[in-house]
Amino acid sequence: MEPRLLLVHFLREKAGLTGTHIGCETSLCGACTVLMDDRAVKSCTVLAVQADGRQVTTVEGLASGEQLHPIQEGFWEEHGLQCGFCTPGMIMCSHDLLGHNSNPSDGEIREALNGNICRCTGYQNIVTAVKNAARKMSKPIAAHAGAR
Amino acid sequence: MATPAKAPVRPSQANGKDAWVGKRLKRKEDPRLIRGISHYTDDFKLAGMVYCAFARSPHAHADIKSINTDSAKGTPGVIAVFTAQDTTSIGPVPCAIQMPGLKVPRHPVLAEGRVRYVGEPVAVVVAEDLYVARDAAEKIEVDYEPLPVVTDMEKALSNHTAYVHDEFKSNQAFTHTLKNGDVDAAFKKADKIAKQRMINQRLCPLAMEPRAVIAEYLPGENRLTVWSSTQIPHLLKTQISLLVGLPETSVRVIAPEVGGGFGSKLNVYSEEGVVPWLSMKIGRPVKWNENRRENFMATIHGRDTINDVELALKKDGTILGMRSRILADMGAYHQLLTPLIPQLTALMHAGCYKIPAIEVDIIGVFTNKMSTDAYRGAGRPEATYNVERMMDIAARELGMDPAQFRLKNFPKSKEFPYTTITGLTYDSAKYQESLAKALKLSGYDGLRKRQKSARKNGKYYGVGVSTYVEICAIGPSAATPAGGWESATVRIEPTGKVTLLTGASPHGQGEETTFAQLIADELGLDPDDINVVHGDTAVVPYGLGTYGSRATAVGGTAAYMATQKLKNKMATLAAHLLECKPKDVTFGRRCLSTKTGKKKSLSFGEVVTAAYTAHKIPPGFEPGLEATHFFEPSNFTFPFGAHIASVEVDSETGEVKIDKYVAVDDCGNVINPMLVAGQIHGGLAQGIGQAMWEELIYNEDGQLVTGTLMDYTMPKAHFFPEFVLEHTVTPSPVNPMGVKGVGEAGTIASTPCIVNAVCDALSPLGIRHIDMPLKPERVWRAIRHADSAPAKAESEESPKKQTRKAPAGRRRA
Repeated sequence: MEPRLLLVHFLREKAGLTGTHIGCETSLCGACTVLMDDRAVKSCTVLAVQADGRQVTTVEGLASGEQLHPIQEGFWEEHGLQCGFCTPGMIMCSHDLLGHNSNPSDGEIREALNGNICRCTGYQNIVTAVKNAARKMSKPIAAHAGAR
Repeated sequence: MATPAKAPVRPSQANGKDAWVGKRLKRKEDPRLIRGISHYTDDFKLAGMVYCAFARSPHAHADIKSINTDSAKGTPGVIAVFTAQDTTSIGPVPCAIQMPGLKVPRHPVLAEGRVRYVGEPVAVVVAEDLYVARDAAEKIEVDYEPLPVVTDMEKALSNHTAYVHDEFKSNQAFTHTLKNGDVDAAFKKADKIAKQRMINQRLCPLAMEPRAVIAEYLPGENRLTVWSSTQIPHLLKTQISLLVGLPETSVRVIAPEVGGGFGSKLNVYSEEGVVPWLSMKIGRPVKWNENRRENFMATIHGRDTINDVELALKKDGTILGMRSRILADMGAYHQLLTPLIPQLTALMHAGCYKIPAIEVDIIGVFTNKMSTDAYRGAGRPEATYNVERMMDIAARELGMDPAQFRLKNFPKSKEFPYTTITGLTYDSAKYQESLAKALKLSGYDGLRKRQKSARKNGKYYGVGVSTYVEICAIGPSAATPAGGWESATVRIEPTGKVTLLTGASPHGQGEETTFAQLIADELGLDPDDINVVHGDTAVVPYGLGTYGSRATAVGGTAAYMATQKLKNKMATLAAHLLECKPKDVTFGRRCLSTKTGKKKSLSFGEVVTAAYTAHKIPPGFEPGLEATHFFEPSNFTFPFGAHIASVEVDSETGEVKIDKYVAVDDCGNVINPMLVAGQIHGGLAQGIGQAMWEELIYNEDGQLVTGTLMDYTMPKAHFFPEFVLEHTVTPSPVNPMGVKGVGEAGTIASTPCIVNAVCDALSPLGIRHIDMPLKPERVWRAIRHADSAPAKAESEESPKKQTRKAPAGRRRA
């Protein structure tokens, strides 16, 4: 593997996982956000070799079969996306947020997403989507058994 | 085939009270998007595909003395390098606009001997790998001899200037005047003339998906397939055939998932000529991805006008006339619609007011910058900004409340259809009702009280009003460069499932859902029974695409009309089977029934099967169930609304905090309220983005100094308050569904609303206008500048307790 190969290019070109998008290649738009050992990282500024031995989760890895992850459901139910290009990054960043704050306020959600840009939604329904997901995820696990 | 029915006035839904239209239905397109398993252009990987990268000019204006491509060509993995001398067979980048006296410079796909803006493509490298292609592009050595640079529009029009295009001996691209009524007399008899100069700054559309093109040419079949992130696949197909010289029948364009456009992909770009040509030349599929820096430099920009506006007023608040002189920056070349955009500004210059005399003079100016073109709103935000800022400035000069001043000058609801002084016929509106609703929703009187008490405490709190009308559903063909109709084919498949092929080309708007809702109600089915197909010229009949808030009002109506044709055909067949007259057949929930026939009802599926088996059809009945309609609208539609914002300005730092934002919009009948709200939210963010943060700045050397996401303040989630939305519903008489369009409303209304609020907040300082974007530094400077001006006795609204000496006389900032 070429040492300079970016994680996002590894995911898209070598692993065939094109759900992670490239919006700027400069770590500013957040479209390429993935989880590395459960923390959100911008995969356009991580070298593929840096991910060696780490667990990387992309948006394709969230749903369990037909069962969507509660964050994905939240985005669907609350119209948290339009063109969908920023959405995988928004979802992965929200995943990180809800992992350490199960009941974030509107302001906390907006702050947490400040590394992710959306041009379509004006962010309002994204905030609503994350709150929707937080509600679902705080319910007993049985309700979303397949969605962890 | 049955003749098309005269379209009934909605609702005619077969689903009755369980109608899908009007429901907050989750989008059909979302599951694939939220799972990350859909395909944008860059997600396709074809066998044998190679990559290309462009070398672009670092100079705004320079002669190309020589280009050395040896080092690039010698890079392992590089297949070929081409410059302008290789690409002479590719037609120039097209401009669709024709108007008297318009200067249209030749716009080569790669710079020919001279570059005219930073980012202009000069050479292209094809390589086995993306990284190699980009490395090699950097190794291309170009010997440039810099030329004087033209960036300032006013200097560009002076006698002592360089020319962007020597052959014109002028930087004036065109002049355009729209004049009606006795303007001179209006200004002569005015009690008061309100004047203001306003800059509408250059913006970056910034779709989240940068542009991308893949081309695959198969010489045996002489077939070129192009995937492009575009809003106009069919128009692009035609233009690519002209660019590369293939018959149009050999070209197929596919717009797969498109990650936002906002007008920036309503265009035909150099790369859309070069990449297909490369595939033809090399015999392998070629991919190009625009990076974000290229997106800033070489994808069209929006706005960029200088506006001198005057209103002639009577003391009682009556508007007598309006005069505007507008300089519009074209950039170095015309892209597809560049010179058209300021003409839309002129057309909408009367806003939603009775203005008996108007003159708008526009000069289009060439500069050494990227082209401007349609960006969300396209000319209408500029018009609305001029009009709505002037309404506030005039109200203040007359000592009137800005809301009352507007109410006084609206045409009344019963005056619609209303013909404006600019020659448009507004279809339907209730401006008074809309503003009244916004005033109530915002608690306007309370906001004014709050302002008063804030001022007593030395704080700066402002309220902004913006009442807008926009021109949408573009449009009647006679008023557009390439036709304004839209196509739809509805096919009921043998299993009873329905395919809609629409010429509209959505890229986030959600028409796979809304068009399905619409057709489901007509046929008594569910949206999941309807599959909406778009964006593939080999599958979908010729269509004009998605822009100008037209998809639903024009494309949706085409789908509706095609469905009516099919309903008539099904009714004819059902009548034959039920032994009744076609007019006695009604559509119900998955059935067709009659009260007069021997048999009372057939299931939807039974009629479909009968149409395909054709065992028992009436004489002359054409088997199958497919109908196409090309809908030609009789007029534009004119959505409208009233927005109110309140802001707090920190006089120490210049920071503006949006306290409240209320939007009352009217887009006619609503198909899916959740999607309408989404469009408004996104529009608001873009319009407020212009008011507060966004600006593309070229320095004197023509360098784009805010050309990265680090420098261009793209609004983020925490920049905004929660928007409060309401609606009024005034159906349009222009189409049978009564819809108007909503894609651009939020962008058009919100920009002046915020600036009005900030200027209102700072009015005790004598600040009358601050040019956008209202970044803290600019506001802070305006406050400091006002502070240092000689103080004058101020009105009773002046702050009594101040941390600093603040009051000042009325002056321009």
